[in-house]
Amino acid sequence: MSLFDSVVNILPDLNKAFLETIYMVGISLAVALLIGLPLGVLLFTTTKNLIFENNVVNRSLGFAVNIVRSIPFIILLVALLPLTDLLTGSTIGPRAASVSLSVSAIPFFARIVESALREIDKGVIEAAIAVGATPWMIIKDVLLPEAKPGIIQGLTLTTISLIGYSAMAGTIGGGGIGDLAIRYGYYRYDNTVMITTIVVLICLVQIIQMVGDKASYLVNKR
Amino acid sequence: MIEIRSVRKDYISKNTRVVGVDNVSLTIQTGEVYGIVGYSGAGKSSLIRCLNLLERPTKGNIIIDGIDLTSLSGKELRKQRQKTGMIFQHFSLVSSKTVFENVAFALKAAHKSKGVIKSRVLELLDIVGLSDKKDVYPAQLSGGQKQRVGIARALANNPTVLLCDEATSALDPTTTKAILQLLKKISRELGITIVLITHEMEVVKELCHRVAVMQDGRVIEEGSVYEIFSQPKQQLTKQFISSVLDFELPSHLIEESKGTIIQIQFEGPTAGESILSDALQKYSVKGNILHGKIEYIQDVPLGILIIELIGEAAEVQSALEYITNRTSSVEVLKHVTV
Repeated sequence: MSLFDSVVNILPDLNKAFLETIYMVGISLAVALLIGLPLGVLLFTTTKNLIFENNVVNRSLGFAVNIVRSIPFIILLVALLPLTDLLTGSTIGPRAASVSLSVSAIPFFARIVESALREIDKGVIEAAIAVGATPWMIIKDVLLPEAKPGIIQGLTLTTISLIGYSAMAGTIGGGGIGDLAIRYGYYRYDNTVMITTIVVLICLVQIIQMVGDKASYLVNKR
Repeated sequence: MIEIRSVRKDYISKNTRVVGVDNVSLTIQTGEVYGIVGYSGAGKSSLIRCLNLLERPTKGNIIIDGIDLTSLSGKELRKQRQKTGMIFQHFSLVSSKTVFENVAFALKAAHKSKGVIKSRVLELLDIVGLSDKKDVYPAQLSGGQKQRVGIARALANNPTVLLCDEATSALDPTTTKAILQLLKKISRELGITIVLITHEMEVVKELCHRVAVMQDGRVIEEGSVYEIFSQPKQQLTKQFISSVLDFELPSHLIEESKGTIIQIQFEGPTAGESILSDALQKYSVKGNILHGKIEYIQDVPLGILIIELIGEAAEVQSALEYITNRTSSVEVLKHVTV
């Protein structure tokens, strides 16, 4: 069988796996954005001398975030199986894998948002306080726009990490490109599939990085 | 009127207590331009930041037009802050917003409608001379232009007080002059009370009516700008004044001179009179001007002249007395008679 034929042979599988990966990463990214972004803002604004200064909240959130971040993903994957079953009614398939991917993406992204916010000139926040803006206005009109380039870069970083993690989720039946690579490439010694999936992943990561960089550049007015 | 009553501000870090502002009481009249000078670390920045509660005083009260800021709730304080504009040394503009949006932000904070915001922003940009830059981002502006945006933002909600935190310290001399002119115009035309802190006496001379000198968190001297310039009492004040009125003569000039060297200070109207030429005509003494300057502080002249008097001892003495009686101060730097 020629190389071309074997690539054509796996195309349907590859296509399905690709869509599964996009699905898993997409859901986790949406959850990370929805929960991680506010969490990051909260982590930042509760620090000393800021609008919601609150040491207890800041320490507790920071502690919780660190805990999730210190658990290796493969262990988190297994540990969250009961939760996954509860939320999705199954422990296999891309939908199930999205649960643990989301859980690990939230604190990761929250920390990135926090550090992007830290880069903002404190004087700008002070000036907003001095004109009598409400905390909500400061977040919406100063903090988020000023941190936007950093947040977009963080989103790119999170997406690429999620693609890597989604391969691990594949090992316990999550599906996706990583799963394909392991099933065909590793268990069946099919180098063609292995290399094809790697090429697909490389292209995907390159495109995401390029788009992310461009978007971050476009919103940066500094 | 702004009343600062026994304000104290402590900073606590790692079990040590650092006093930023130490029991300062000042009264600033409505419409006045009030300067606070001091070296960095003197507490002037902490003090001005207490005036809109960016820093909450550890002790004491800040009362603006009868309202005690330290007693206000969050919402009331935000309302009060809209009536107190502030501009900053590093301008502190939102880099992701255009000039228009930066100014509009202040009006949005005051819950103004879109239509009102639009016309008011354009009006403000006209006042500060930036109408053509409304859609530009701060990064594309020069320092002076950024500060103009800062001023427009500070004036947005028709404040009664404008706080200037080293507003010209990051600008070059020419731009500084232009910004000071703008502040002068604002003070004159809008009648806003301006409180500014600076380490540049030039700024005080140019703009202020009254001035306080701060050292180690305390106000060590206070008075009208003319008083402070003409009769500084504290060593530190004299140091500050010397940056504007500096009369260092080269030492060899003093050594080589043949006559008596005196430094005369003229104040107010006497600066315009011809005391010196009268003295030289009256007595047979030659006068030789070595150094001199007349500064106009709030349009009142303050002159300092260093002259060498050459003549016979008795004549020099009489001329010296004549001048001493008619000017505010005469200091003999070197006494030599032929």
